[in-house]
Amino acid sequence: MNAAKKGEATTPPTDLRAILSGVIGSSGVRLVDLTQTLSPDFPPIVLPPEMGQSRPFRMEEISRYDDRGPGWYWNNVSFGEHTGTHFDAPIHWISGRDRPNNSLDTLPIEHFIAPACVIDCGAEASANADFLLTVGHIAAWEKQHGRIPAGSWVLMRTDWSKRTDPVAYQNLDETGQHTPGPDPDCVRLLVNERDVLGFGTETIGTDAGQAAHFAPPYPCHYYMHGAGKYGLQCLCNLDRLPATGALIVAAPLKILGGSGSPLRVFAIVPASRGSG
Amino acid sequence: MPARAAYDDVVLAVPVTIPYVRYSIKSAHWFLGRAMAELIAAAGIPKARIDGLAVASFTLAPDTAVGLTQHLGLTLRWLEHVPMGGASGIVSIRRAARAVQSADAEIVACIAGDTNHTDSFRRNTASFSQFSQDAVYPYGSAGPNASFAFLTDYYMRTYGAQREDFGKLCVAQRNNALKNPLALLKKPLTLDQYLNARLVADPLRLFDCVMPCAGAEGFLVMRRGTAEHLGLRYARLMGAIERHNAFPDDPVQYRGGWALDNEALYEQAGVGPDDIDFVETYDDYPVINLLQFEGLGFCREGEGTAFIRANTFEATGTFPLNTSGGQLSVGQAGAAGGHLGIIEAIRQLTGETLGARVPNARHGLVSGFGMINYDRGICSGAAVLAAA
Amino acid sequence: MPEPATQPKRKNPVLRTRQPTLPPASRSRVALGLTAAAARGRLELQVCRDCGAVQFPPREVCRTCLSHRLVWRLQDGRGELLTETMLRNAQELFFRERLPWRVGIIHLDAGVNVIAFVHVSVGAAPCRVHIEAALDRAGQAVLIAVPEHGRLDLSQDPKLREMTCDPRSRKILVTDGKSALGQAVVRALAEAGAERIWIGEAERWKKAPGFEALRELPQAMIVPLDVTDGNSVRELAGEIGAKVDILVNTCDCHRTFSIASRRGVETAQLEMDVNYFGLLRLAQEFGPVIKARAADGPTSAVAWVNMLSIFALSNYPTHGTYSASKAAAFSLSQALRAELGQAGVRVINIFPGPIDDEWDQLERPPKLSPSGVASAVVEALKGSVEDVYPGDVAQDWLARHLDNPKGLERELSEGAQ
Repeated sequence: MNAAKKGEATTPPTDLRAILSGVIGSSGVRLVDLTQTLSPDFPPIVLPPEMGQSRPFRMEEISRYDDRGPGWYWNNVSFGEHTGTHFDAPIHWISGRDRPNNSLDTLPIEHFIAPACVIDCGAEASANADFLLTVGHIAAWEKQHGRIPAGSWVLMRTDWSKRTDPVAYQNLDETGQHTPGPDPDCVRLLVNERDVLGFGTETIGTDAGQAAHFAPPYPCHYYMHGAGKYGLQCLCNLDRLPATGALIVAAPLKILGGSGSPLRVFAIVPASRGSG
Repeated sequence: MPARAAYDDVVLAVPVTIPYVRYSIKSAHWFLGRAMAELIAAAGIPKARIDGLAVASFTLAPDTAVGLTQHLGLTLRWLEHVPMGGASGIVSIRRAARAVQSADAEIVACIAGDTNHTDSFRRNTASFSQFSQDAVYPYGSAGPNASFAFLTDYYMRTYGAQREDFGKLCVAQRNNALKNPLALLKKPLTLDQYLNARLVADPLRLFDCVMPCAGAEGFLVMRRGTAEHLGLRYARLMGAIERHNAFPDDPVQYRGGWALDNEALYEQAGVGPDDIDFVETYDDYPVINLLQFEGLGFCREGEGTAFIRANTFEATGTFPLNTSGGQLSVGQAGAAGGHLGIIEAIRQLTGETLGARVPNARHGLVSGFGMINYDRGICSGAAVLAAA
Repeated sequence: MPEPATQPKRKNPVLRTRQPTLPPASRSRVALGLTAAAARGRLELQVCRDCGAVQFPPREVCRTCLSHRLVWRLQDGRGELLTETMLRNAQELFFRERLPWRVGIIHLDAGVNVIAFVHVSVGAAPCRVHIEAALDRAGQAVLIAVPEHGRLDLSQDPKLREMTCDPRSRKILVTDGKSALGQAVVRALAEAGAERIWIGEAERWKKAPGFEALRELPQAMIVPLDVTDGNSVRELAGEIGAKVDILVNTCDCHRTFSIASRRGVETAQLEMDVNYFGLLRLAQEFGPVIKARAADGPTSAVAWVNMLSIFALSNYPTHGTYSASKAAAFSLSQALRAELGQAGVRVINIFPGPIDDEWDQLERPPKLSPSGVASAVVEALKGSVEDVYPGDVAQDWLARHLDNPKGLERELSEGAQ
């Protein structure tokens, strides 16, 4: 806490400086990387073949200290907007297409840092791949941790990111995909009665794998984006976050008219708070 | 058809051999240039007296007789490039004879020669002709060994010739060659060695095949008056024939072009087969000798085997054949293979032999054959020469 | 009765691998007419339109009447073996390394002489034979005399087997073994005696009916392979490339869109990424190591098979972008053929007509079954061809294309929107 020198510009607020200096390895805060590595092996979302396909991540080497470029290494990369750990903007869904500021380049930058409520469904998801988060589960969580604040991320921890085999991660059979997610009532509650910032999952979609059969289909996308709210998918390390108190940094690429993008998403966790 | 003109007064003189070597780093121009130098030295004439030139060579490329003319510093009134392989010698005689007869040229040098690098034979064979490239070489790249194996196999099955018959010719020619200081093959050959040599292309074995080498042969063609004026020994040209692509419908070549023209040859020469004291055949493989015996009237078609069994072929035998050893024992210096017999015939008829001598040689016959363009030799020819 | 090719011994790793050599490749332009026919397994010779004389060797004017109107016509090749030899010496390294060679002169009933290799099962000359055309390791047409009756089986002759790409005892990579066609190819190769079949699988989370049953094949090994991912191709090539004798590229992305019927290029990009760039990635990663083993004993690296489509020959507008991607692959395969041909590895292109699968659902019959196409692949490998047009539709389009390519273009555009 340096006193301002005469004639100099005013120094920033003391608490912010404390946070910033705490980032550099003191016991003030710790950072948790919630992002899967973007690689060609990471499975993309599966759609029926007659539809347009979202591309997996691909790298084509331009040069590697060789005749194509003697002193440098770089790549051309390609991916779908919804490949890997990624952010969904409201424009992604039909219900959100007319919302103001609904594409990546028009989202308010203030939304890129927000608190998170982490709901632990690890045991339930392990027992049942089609596990659905319900209003009952929300009520139980709030009883323990307090009401979900407006403007928070709600992150559904399922430990699904520990399924490193892509076949197990996709979990497809002849009846489609079987991954956990929220049920329609739960989503409506979070949107209408808690005004959350968005919903985040470890699975390949914010909606459950069987959500095509719900009413409405894909309720998390439908209601969240319809209300101008966001999604985060393919997160990891949610088991290292406390139920409350973590601050999520999630800043997607500024793509013109973009519906989503892979991004680096991480949590700032007060060191005094252990994982939930 | 009008009667063919006689070869009045046409003579062949100054037989020259540039010694054969198995491999040489020199080009064909060297061997041909050496032949030309020896010819004018032996004839005692300045180079400028040579006003006609006929050249045969496989390895002169990219040059032809044209390139050689400037290379050797010649100025000529008459020039022939003769790409007919072993028939080039006879054909050169026919062309040069008419040139000197009509005074288009006075002294024509007929030279043939080739170099032989370690890869020459393969390269020459690989690009021998369009038909060979398209339809022969891709089948084992064996070159003339394959072609003559076919002919030999067919002839043996059709006419009952045995390997011993071919061997008899080879042994006799080797005996002739043992006296020839220029022959490359210097060891005696027994019939047993011939029969048991390693297979090359069934039924051909090692001693059925010539040894390709580098070297050159040459002679001069002029009018008799010119030769006498220069004090040169000579042999007289009595008759000559050539024929190309004879019997194209024969399934396999079992007779050569001579069969169509041998009567005209002897009529022009004024002698018959019985008057011939020695024969220099084109002998790149033994079987072709039989086609020449039959085609040139020494025996009937198909009876070559009986003819061999009834004769001996050394220079002092009943039918002196390839008296210097032939290509099979002397070596084949590329296109000079068809000139070898002409040079030997001139030597026998002028009494200037290097080795074995045919007693009382008055008339000799030289035969040429060549150019297996696809599945048969296309070119053939023969000439009757007489002592002065 | 000649012995069938037996299971070869394992290679001695201390010895240097034999380097590839080729038979003489040089041919005049007119002689390439033989190669064009042999590429499709046909014996054709020139026939004079004016006097009817059959010509051989190939030439520019009739050997009988000098007419220049010579046309290539299918021949039955019947004739008589007149004379033969066994070559024990050869000028070219390729032949030298494989002595001896049995060759002969055959007089065809059609009236010309041919020089040909003589199959080991032919009796001594003279005897009746018939002549077949094959491709030698330089990719040029050669003639082979085989017994007058019975089917030609080049694999029975230890010398002539090298003109085939016989899958027996060989190790084969099928790049996509999951599609119906890929599964059929795997099964057909197993039936043909392949020693090992690596079955490429992309997107392991997508299940296909029948795929798991392939694990029961004793020679099968499922490997990850996504030809849209350079890393995946490189890793597999690093792992098995030095063992692959035959690569069968069955990867195919087939969508059924014309230009106007699909907005955006996303689908066309996927077709190109699999059908064209996939081939390019495979060629870059597997090509060099396959070339290096092209003369590596009786189970040398020998062939690269591309599953193209008859649509590659002439665009089928209702599958317009797919056709273009297969045409791109076709063009690239010609470059691949030139490169692999330096080592004598054969590139075989299969151009099937519509296959009875979901993407050709709306095509009217006749359609090919996957097993029918797979049989054509195996037959091509066992024979000596490089351009294969299986099925009635492919044969029909090929005939129309050869006759009048512009006419075919018009006929195919009739169905376009």
